[in-house]
Amino acid sequence: MLSDVSVRLIATAFVMGVGALGPAIAIGWIGSKSVEAIGRNPEASSKVQTMAILAIAFAEAVAIYALVIALIIKFVA
Amino acid sequence: MLNISLRAEDVFHIGSLPVTNAVLLAFIVLVVLTVVSITLRNKIKMVPGMLQNIVEAMIEGALGLMDSVLGNRKTSEKYLPLVFTIFLFVLFSNWFGLVPGVGSIMIGHGADAVPLLRSPASDLNFTLALALIAVTMVNAFGVAAMGIKERLSVFFNFGSPIKFFVGILELISEFARIISFTFRLFGNVFAGEVLLAIMALLVPYLVPLPFMFLEIFVGFIQAFIFGMLTLVFVSLAVTPHEGEEAGH
Repeated sequence: MLSDVSVRLIATAFVMGVGALGPAIAIGWIGSKSVEAIGRNPEASSKVQTMAILAIAFAEAVAIYALVIALIIKFVA
Repeated sequence: MLNISLRAEDVFHIGSLPVTNAVLLAFIVLVVLTVVSITLRNKIKMVPGMLQNIVEAMIEGALGLMDSVLGNRKTSEKYLPLVFTIFLFVLFSNWFGLVPGVGSIMIGHGADAVPLLRSPASDLNFTLALALIAVTMVNAFGVAAMGIKERLSVFFNFGSPIKFFVGILELISEFARIISFTFRLFGNVFAGEVLLAIMALLVPYLVPLPFMFLEIFVGFIQAFIFGMLTLVFVSLAVTPHEGEEAGH
């Protein structure tokens, strides 16, 4: 029905599209909560900032996993 | 079509050991960093010149940042070598990978032509090695700071079924950290390379410029995150956990 190449392209696009949804929402949520926390307590600003950067890195890593799978599907086997 | 290879290509062999283009550039970064460090160290002056000034400012900044995580200057100085070296090595690997010529100067003939140099972190072996080093050193520092019994009791705790389960989860999360360190850096750098190659293929003039800025920024951020995460894991491993029996 669909050729091998077509299925591969569709799979790549699908993986990346769905895989970016969760992290995008997560990062937005983290950003909003940290800004709120800093607004409430400006003195804790550097602690909140460190924690926020860390949490954003973890959330982004999941998007990167999806990207790696997409690249593997497209370029390797 | 472009030749985008997930695997770093071999450029020459030392005996029977293949040397890839990523290893070659990583070695060049190593030599540059070592030469600059040794030269600076031999020429330390009380009234610093420009380069010494910049480096001192960077180290002050790094120590300040580590203080906010670890608590005091003495612990920061103890763990600065590991964290700052990882940061510098990844940073300069990423930035050297953006220099014109990396990825475009080819070696070999005809269909066998491969790039002579390639961004080191776009090779999974490089990031995996760094991740293994980071996690091993975190555990080594944990053992050095708290003793081997304390460290093992984080993972294998026979106090109660819940603590045992938590210990197993901790063990699994150590391995998950290795994987996430590896793929975060690899994914960012490799995707950046693919992006730059495709942009240059589509519109060679002007359009790749913002993407180069993006890659410079991403290179810095990923190096920073690798260093920061190593720092945070070290601080988690060396601070004694929940309040002991004299509970409060």
